Parts: sequence; structure tokens; C-alpha cells
Amino acid sequence: MTATSSTKESAEELDERLVRRSLVRGAMSRPELGAVVGALAVFVFFSVVADSFLETSSLSTVLYASSTIGIMAVPVALLMIGGEFDLSTGVMVTSSALVSSMFSYQMTANVWVGIGVSLLVTLAIGVFNGVMLSRTKLPSFIITLGTFLMLTGLNLGLTKQISGTVSTKSISDMEGFPAAQKVFASQLTLFDVDFQVTILWWFGLVAVATWVLLRTRAGNWIFAVGGGSDAARAVGVPVARTKIGLYMGVALAAWISGQHLLFNYDVVQSGEGVGNELIYIAAAVIGGCLLTGGYGSAVGAAVGAFIFGMTSKGIVYAQWEPDWFKFFLGAMLLLATLLNAWIRKRAEAS
Amino acid sequence: MSALIELTDVSKQYGHIKALDAVSLEVHPGEITCVLGDNGAGKSTLIKIIAGLHRHDAGSFTVEGEETRLGSPREALDRGIATVYQDLAVVPLMPVWRNFFLGSEPTVGRGPFARLDVAHMRRTTHAALLRMGIDLRDVDQPIGTLSGGERQCVAIARAVHFGAKVLVLDEPTAALGVKQSGVVLKYVANARDQGLGVVLITHNPHHAYLVGDRFVLLKRGAMAGSHARADITLDELTRQMAGGSELDQLSHELGGRAAPGAAAEVSAAAGTGGGADGAGETPAPPEKPAAE
Repeated sequence: MTATSSTKESAEELDERLVRRSLVRGAMSRPELGAVVGALAVFVFFSVVADSFLETSSLSTVLYASSTIGIMAVPVALLMIGGEFDLSTGVMVTSSALVSSMFSYQMTANVWVGIGVSLLVTLAIGVFNGVMLSRTKLPSFIITLGTFLMLTGLNLGLTKQISGTVSTKSISDMEGFPAAQKVFASQLTLFDVDFQVTILWWFGLVAVATWVLLRTRAGNWIFAVGGGSDAARAVGVPVARTKIGLYMGVALAAWISGQHLLFNYDVVQSGEGVGNELIYIAAAVIGGCLLTGGYGSAVGAAVGAFIFGMTSKGIVYAQWEPDWFKFFLGAMLLLATLLNAWIRKRAEAS
Repeated sequence: MSALIELTDVSKQYGHIKALDAVSLEVHPGEITCVLGDNGAGKSTLIKIIAGLHRHDAGSFTVEGEETRLGSPREALDRGIATVYQDLAVVPLMPVWRNFFLGSEPTVGRGPFARLDVAHMRRTTHAALLRMGIDLRDVDQPIGTLSGGERQCVAIARAVHFGAKVLVLDEPTAALGVKQSGVVLKYVANARDQGLGVVLITHNPHHAYLVGDRFVLLKRGAMAGSHARADITLDELTRQMAGGSELDQLSHELGGRAAPGAAAEVSAAAGTGGGADGAGETPAPPEKPAAE
């Protein structure tokens, strides 16, 4: 009798522990956790070392810097969850801005026509990446490295040929410019603080990406093609179509970023954007995306972008040499990746 | 009872290599047909024909009495033939319920607002697994955290849920331990009890005999025997499967270590010398007369 009752008790104890453990595991297994912890650490750090960091205007600046990275980091994260890379994102943003600007200027068309043409061209670049990947079965690293180099050359070469210089002509006096500027590069005032409209684009993209990822068939397919493309194919998931769609998502975000670039400064430097692709990837990785695919989140990538925004502006507020920015980013990337790996190991072990 | 699928003298050639030569088998609802054979016996060719990956060259293949030549795995699925391969076609990092519905996700809402019916998916996964006898506490756990046997069962439950009438299992116990194998066989029997016809491919006669109703033996692409359960004992099945007379010969060549009966003789003959040492050092002169 006593033996049975004690077994029963221990069984109940075990059950309780299971519940508790799975709660902790639930929190631990979120891909964003590492990034959120990192973001808090960076925030506290700069709050201490830079007095002006906590002012609301600084917050606005930090969010703006984060948004310009975040708009790209979110679709790049989705692509990484789908198991692929895109090294052409940085220069694709510039290409998109150049096409928009030069088309409007050369054709003396309404800037919205240029914006539309730019959307088509940028999406076509995304389709090119995706189709090349699916057709050739080459690693996406190689394919998009090729696209990256070709776009870098095209940006400079075509701009020089058409405009005669390395930058485009100003289109600020052209038809439709004020409206387009409102959409892509305006200030909104909220509680007496000015915020860049890109922050809205960023938050909107995070919301849409999260919804797609977690609540649609496409999202299920993205996880599947990244986590096991053979298994996905065997159960009827359209693997090629999913990956092409992901590259088009990246292109769409590059178009948004590109239009912001154009309407914020009204001229575009054709050599810009090189190197940014690695920052987007780093933000996605800090946000918990696995390099091997099949795991990660859009919110995580957004938090990763926020860490970058805080660091780049925090260094300025702390009045340090801005040259240190890249060093900090590198260190942050390593720390975050180690933290993520450690958390995942702990979550799997429990 | 009429057969769900019936293969009569089915052959398949790759180039000028005969992979399958005049093989016949039938699968009835509520029965398990075991296909036994060693490596290279033609088991995977047979499975590929039934699963729709390859077309047969000769013979007849009927599904529910209707002559067919399957063109794709999708076509096989539409005819109610579901195949669970050794790699199981699951994505380890994804939750059980997402894996369960992968490729056939139910949605609610229209157009761009179509979203996964998550509550239904979770509930159905749990219920379908429960019917197979697995009470999973948390369908949200990544499928990679389940044991090999449980994963196999999820794959089987998935096939059953999506309306399979014939379940083809490719070596479901090959990579599993003794206990896990037992669990999987229980689920296979469970699927049979739900009225499915099961084709169980294996090279383990013990596993086959535990659940099988019919046994088809393959050797070098040809039929080496076809028996109903009532006509054959486990010992005979094992003997035929292992190659019967070939095994006897092998046990001689190995100095009698393979077959227990022969081992006793040899160790008696070797006296106190130790069977293994004797067999290893000399290329066994005493075996020579046996080989002739």
C-alpha cells in the first residue's frame, strides 16, 4: 500500500516538474530570446555611458537608423529561414533607387511612373536570383555573389553612361515628387517628437512577415524548405516556388528601401550599398536565424536591426569615434550567435 | 474479399539489368503483406512501382481491380496508396502539428487572408495520434525531439489521416532498437485493424512474422516464395529468408559460428582450443571437404 502511494506521489511530482520545465523551455525556445537579451544589454550600456541616449529625440533617431536596416533584415531573415542567402541586397537597394530616379528624369515622367518601373525591375532581379537558384541548384552564396558583382558594375556603369557622373540628377522639382516623398521619406509628429515614416514601413513589414510565417501555408512551406527540402518536396510542397517567392520578398523590401533613399536625398550615389548586405544578414543572425535554415523569426530580425541602430547612434551620443561602430557590430554578432547557440543547447537538453 | 492492390508477374528492367522479374503479390484490406528480401533483392524497385515513382515494364498491376500504371507519387496518393519512406519525410525542427499537415494545410478565410486553421490542425494531430495509440503531451514540440519510433508513427498516422487505403512501409524497423521496433509494429497492426491494407518491407523475418498475414520472399529480383501465414512457420521463414541451404554452407565456412547447431559440433571438434582463434588463424582446412 505504502509503496503504491509513494509511486503515485512521485508521479505527480514528476508531472508538475514537467509542466514547469516546459514553460521555461517555451520561453527558451523562442528564437528571439538571445536578441532581446542582447538588445536590453546594449540599451542599458548606452543609457549609462551616453547621457543624451535616453532623450526622446534620440529614441527617434535610433529607431530611424534601426528601420533602415530592419526593412531589409526582415525579408532577409525569412529567406534565411528558407535556407538561402542573398548577397545582392545591399546594391539591389541602390539599383532600385537609381532605376526610379533615372527613368523619371530621362523620360521626364511623373516620378510615380519611375517608382512603378523600379518595382518591376527590382522584382525581376529577385525572380532572377530565385529562378537561377532553382534551375542550377548551385549554392545561393555563389548565385547572389554573381548578382551582387553584376549589379555593382551596372549601377556605376549605367549611371555614368546616362548621367555623365556617378550620381543621378536631382528629381525634386518633378511631378509627383512631394507625394512620393510623403510616402517614402516624411516625418510624422507623435507626442511632439518627429518620427521617420520608414519606422512605420519597418513595423508593417515585421507584422506582415510574422503573420505570413506563423499563420499561412506559405509560412509553413518556408520553414519546411529551409529545414528539410527533400522531405518538403516529398509531401508536395512547391520548393522552387517558395524560394522564388522569398527572393521576391527581399526584392520588394529593397524597392521600399531604395525609394526611401531616393526621396530622402533626391539624388542617389551609384556606388552606395556595398557591404550593407552583410549587415542585414548579421541582424537576422543576431535575431536567432540559423545559418542552415529552418529556424528563426521576423521579430528577432527586427530586434537585431534595433541592436544595430542603438549601437550606431549610441556611439555618436557617447561621443566616441564612429570608426568603432563596425568593431562593436562584429563583437555583438559573435556574442549574440554564441548566446543563441548556448540557449538552444540548453533548451534542447531540458 | 477482393484485393486492394494486386501485382501479377510484374517485371522491371533498368537498361539491360533485370531489377524485378515476374513478381506477384496481393494486398487485402485489414491484412499485412510482408515483402522480405536481402539487400539487392528488388525490394526498393517493388516499392517504387507501388508508390508511383517507376512504371513497371511487364505484368499487371491492379488497384481495386482496375489495371493501372502509376505515373507519379501524387497519382498513387490519389488512388489511396501512401508510402512511408525510411527518411519519413519530416522536417525535424518543425512542430509535430506543422509536420503532420505539411503540404496539405487546411486554411480558413479567403484570398490574401487565408490563414492556417491552427486550432483544427493541433486538435486533429492530437486526435489522429491518439487513435494510433500515441498520447502526445505537446503537439508543439519539434518532431526532431521525438524518438525514432514515435516519428515513424507520426508518419504512419499522417498517411492514415489523409485517406490512405494502402500503406506501404519501407523498412520501418531498420534503424530502431528492439523496444522501439515493437512499438512501431504495434502501430502497424493498429493501422491494419483500422481496415488498411499494409505492405511491410523488411529484411527481418522475426518482425514480419509477428504481424504478417502473407509473406513474399524476393531474391535477386525474382520471387523466392509466397506463403500465407498458415502455411509457414517462423523457422521456415527465417531459413528461406536467410537463403536456406546457403546459410548451412556459410555456417560451415565460418567455422560453425553462424548456426547454433553447427557451432556445438565445431567447438566439440576443436576441443579446448577456442573456435574463434582456430577459425581466424588457419583458413580452415577441415571445411574443405564440406565445400565439395
